[in-house]
Amino acid sequence: MLGKLSWAAIPFDQPIPLFASAIMIVAIIGVLVWVTYKGFIPYLWNEWLTSVDHKKIGVMYTVLAMVMLLRGFIDALMMRAQQAMAFDGPGYLPPEHYDQIFSAHGTIMIFFVAMPFVIGLMNFVVPLQLGVRDVAFPTLNSVSFWLTASGALLINISLVVGEFARTGWLPFPPLSELQYSPGVGVDYYIWGLQISGVGTLMTGINFVTTILKMRAPGMSYLRMPMFCWTALATNLLIVAAFPVLTATLSMLALDRYLGFHFFTNEAGGNMMMFMNLIWIWGHPEVYILVLPAFGVFSEVISTFSGKPLFGYRSMVLATMAICILSFLVWLHHFFTMGAGADVNAVFGIATMIIAVPTGVKVFNWLFTMYGGRVRFTSPILWSIGFMVTFVIGGMTGVLLAVPPADFLLHNSLFLVAHFHNVIIGGTLFGMFAGYTFWFPKAFGFSLDERLGKIAFWFWITGFYVAFMPLYVLGLLGMTRRMQHYDVAAWRPWLIVAAVGAVLILCGIAAQVAQLIVSIRNRERLRDVVGDPWDGRSLEWSTPSPPPVFNFAVLPNVVGEEPYWGIKQRALREQRLGEEPAYEAIEMPKNSPTGFVTAFFTSVTGFALIWHIWWMVVIGLVGAFATFVVFAWRDVDEYEFPAEEVAKIDRERRRVRAEAIAAMRQPA
Amino acid sequence: MSVGATASGMSGDPYKLGYSHHGHLEPGTDEATGHGEGGPASKRIVVAYGFWIFLLSDIIMFSAFFASYAVLSGATAGGPTGRELFDLPRVAIQTLCLLTSSFACGLAAIATRLRNHLWTQIGLLVTGLLGVVFLALEFQEFTTMIAQGAGPSRSAFLSSFFALVGCHGLHVTAGLLWLGTMMAQVFVKGFQPPILRRLMCFSLFWHALDIIWVALFSVVYLIGAYS
Repeated sequence: MLGKLSWAAIPFDQPIPLFASAIMIVAIIGVLVWVTYKGFIPYLWNEWLTSVDHKKIGVMYTVLAMVMLLRGFIDALMMRAQQAMAFDGPGYLPPEHYDQIFSAHGTIMIFFVAMPFVIGLMNFVVPLQLGVRDVAFPTLNSVSFWLTASGALLINISLVVGEFARTGWLPFPPLSELQYSPGVGVDYYIWGLQISGVGTLMTGINFVTTILKMRAPGMSYLRMPMFCWTALATNLLIVAAFPVLTATLSMLALDRYLGFHFFTNEAGGNMMMFMNLIWIWGHPEVYILVLPAFGVFSEVISTFSGKPLFGYRSMVLATMAICILSFLVWLHHFFTMGAGADVNAVFGIATMIIAVPTGVKVFNWLFTMYGGRVRFTSPILWSIGFMVTFVIGGMTGVLLAVPPADFLLHNSLFLVAHFHNVIIGGTLFGMFAGYTFWFPKAFGFSLDERLGKIAFWFWITGFYVAFMPLYVLGLLGMTRRMQHYDVAAWRPWLIVAAVGAVLILCGIAAQVAQLIVSIRNRERLRDVVGDPWDGRSLEWSTPSPPPVFNFAVLPNVVGEEPYWGIKQRALREQRLGEEPAYEAIEMPKNSPTGFVTAFFTSVTGFALIWHIWWMVVIGLVGAFATFVVFAWRDVDEYEFPAEEVAKIDRERRRVRAEAIAAMRQPA
Repeated sequence: MSVGATASGMSGDPYKLGYSHHGHLEPGTDEATGHGEGGPASKRIVVAYGFWIFLLSDIIMFSAFFASYAVLSGATAGGPTGRELFDLPRVAIQTLCLLTSSFACGLAAIATRLRNHLWTQIGLLVTGLLGVVFLALEFQEFTTMIAQGAGPSRSAFLSSFFALVGCHGLHVTAGLLWLGTMMAQVFVKGFQPPILRRLMCFSLFWHALDIIWVALFSVVYLIGAYS
């Protein structure tokens, strides 16, 4: 009746996961009770859960990423503590639990922190920057978000019911085959990622279409803000890479469920094919994560330096070059496969070539700052911290790209230090910069700067204290994922690394405090005009937060940095442009399709993990029924009346006219 | 052209802002293509474009299965080879069914353009029936092979064969579900703009499955039977 599921799946005998899951369940129930008690459910359902507004979906993605960041970071703290303790002893985590923790840490940080953060920012910013009212397929966008949430839910259920994979963040066979991983851990991994992967693929399709087909009049390709270019590159990569992940995980699932022999030891299976396939997705994936961060830095550095981006066209070229080159380097993840000197040399050189466009970008950012009046707000601190950190990470990457060196450093902590160096220093710093930069646009008030700067300094020192020792440890020969060890020389470095993790914890605490303090002081931090940073692209021409339709009248773009041009003219002429003729606007209606679909995919995924076949059928039938019901609705848009549009836009024009008048008066 | 010149002091609606964004255009009227100067493209163009991108991603997924088949096609582990297993006459009939089905789908599209309900439905029905025959033949092939002890767990070659061909079969099955839904929608709602867009996407999907089948027929069956 319930497949493999029984009471034995609940870890009653293991205090740590039991305690952790108890806290999580209490927290979830607490939030639900509070929300119900306060009567927020109708508001949440109508304004958020069923919303197809790209801005709200972007915010929900970001919230998901931040909550998952806490979960993933607790895993990291546990690992650092274990390795600091486990010299000549077992530490406090048994091996099977420790293995689950490093697997969950990597999986969660990549798929449910970095990806939702990146996609959340793109959702919020791209349509605003392009000067349009929504993405190409608003309801599909909501479905994408909910599928991602469904995958995250499944991964977190594994904490309570059953176990998670012990195979690392990529389930390499034959370890991940049924023979060596008979439990449900790998199945949680497979179905959690398949479901969220489909969501990500649909996001990719949605944004490629949006950026290529839906831009404000006059917004030709070479007038798009840099963030839109990087978003385009990222989504092209998603469309080209995620289907390979889907196919690969399907093959692994077929091996595990139906006795296929894609990657098994026997009957001709080829486990190195898994390595090749997974990294054909996996290497573009790291650029999927980092390119939007490059876009954020471009916006932030240009805005706070008060200058247009240096070398805009070379930046576009560099972005698209990275987009293509990222598909030509996958083999450097396993030089040790033994493909031979020639093959390794080709991939090693291809890898080094990627450093060229990246270097172009770094110089462009530096030259943008050069000669500018740089305002040292927290977004630009993140950007400068990124430039220093990312260059170090890039250089260790070039070291790893040398096949003979890689033979020594493969799977060592040197590698772990390298990819944390680029993912934290690149993607995460970029996302934090973007979060601080666009927060006032999303909510109408800025984040507290003092706590933001404290968070930055804790993060960056914590990062260096935590990860520079790992480079040393790698050179000392320590491999990754060790539950215990008996080399005395490693221990001091591991203790330093643990201290670094605590410093990062302080940084996260400062960020939580920043959010709370800022919400409390929101009246004082209010962004009245909608342009708190003296911005240059179109999102800053809207009020904060923007109305649901973004732009009362789609802007006419007449040059690069369209909003900067409009603003300069308004300041010069001491008045706004003529009031446009307002018309009614058609907007897509909210739809519970995403939420309901995610409910059924969660049911299907859970049932597949535990081999509850009747439940699989129910889930699939439910999903198809949802599709038909959605397809059957007759009215999918509503009209925003012209008077309402006019009222909202006149208010926007009034505060902007006042702002211009205020600037005229002598200080 | 200089956009600045047209934008300043413009009169009327040179960019069709009032029309193009949410699909108020009648077919055949002037449409913004979304290439930059003209503003957001019409809904019809956006939907078709997005669906094309989806099809490309789907083809990439198939290419992963094709690649794994290419890697594993020799890994028969002492079991039967394609030469012993593949029944070319049946595969030829399957091909004929699928290609004819696409032809019927094309006729349905012409009938749709002429706003002819009856012939649209007949075309879609023939499309679907031929799809069902195709699937039945594939099912027969799979059961025969499994009965001979040449199921997917026999060897890596057979694993990759069943996965690749089965993945195409699953797509045809999903297409048939979609087709049924579309016939019901055309019957109940008639030729409304959303239905027309969906019919267009369905034809694209059905033709794309043909393209994949042609590759499958060549790479798997022809090469397999004669090597």
